[in-house]
Amino acid sequence: MSIPGSWYLVLSALLFGIGALGLLVRRNVLVMFMCIELMLNAANLAFVTFSRTLKDIGGQADVFFVLVVAAAEVTVGLAIVVAIFRRRTNAVADDLSSMKG
Amino acid sequence: MGNVLAAAPTLPDLAIFILGALMVLGGALGVIAWRNPVHAALSLILTLFGIAVLFIEQQADFLAAVQIIVYAGAIVVLFLFVIMFLGVDRNENIHSEPLAGQRPLAGLLVLIVVGSILALGFESHWLTGAKSVVAPTTNSYWNINELGRVVFSDYLFAFEATGALLVVAVVGAVVLARRSGAATSEEAVPTLEDDEFAEEVER
Repeated sequence: MSIPGSWYLVLSALLFGIGALGLLVRRNVLVMFMCIELMLNAANLAFVTFSRTLKDIGGQADVFFVLVVAAAEVTVGLAIVVAIFRRRTNAVADDLSSMKG
Repeated sequence: MGNVLAAAPTLPDLAIFILGALMVLGGALGVIAWRNPVHAALSLILTLFGIAVLFIEQQADFLAAVQIIVYAGAIVVLFLFVIMFLGVDRNENIHSEPLAGQRPLAGLLVLIVVGSILALGFESHWLTGAKSVVAPTTNSYWNINELGRVVFSDYLFAFEATGALLVVAVVGAVVLARRSGAATSEEAVPTLEDDEFAEEVER
């Protein structure tokens, strides 16, 4: 018998929590992006686990689309980072306060 | 519904799961703990490989391969490229805390969220939703046929939409990364190439 689905879901929840903690705590924009990737991967792991336990291939198809959207998101996000930090020297999110009211 | 928790796993499955879980959690902790962004990106690769191991353990072979190719091969390379390009690959002072009380508050919020997820999971025996709404998974180790059929039939509109999304993302990245005005646009070239590479991998 293979591993119970609940173990994977606990691992997925822990990975999501670590990613969320990093996103809230770290100040480097690039590391914050990586933490978003961690949370997306936690969701992907949960999708695949539900696909296996419910015997439904739809979960794996969803992971496929999440991968595509993650690639597009990283592409645009890093382009924005490059565009912003062409005028700056560091990549700290706190410095991006020029639109503060 | 409760039988998912009942059966005991065999030793090889258990070993692979523990290995994958250690890779995932160790890499994730490395991402948020390393001071150097390059080290964080390398830890991210460890996490992504761990996820791929767990995908294989759950008979999602195609997704494991795509995970390694797209994430470790394209996305992390893009991260590393931007880190090097911006020259931010030096140590960050992660001990300074400009916003007072941010870290305890963040830890508390994350504890609440993870605790809620786990409590809901235990409460509902980890399984919700309707069964077999799209197509059943096959028991064989090669589920690529079924996945391909579903993506090109039931999810055809979503597939076309993601194709359009990728084109929009590439065009947007080029526009954003291009240096405006009369200056040379040589800095936009590597980003453009990487984006196209990422898109080709996706196809």
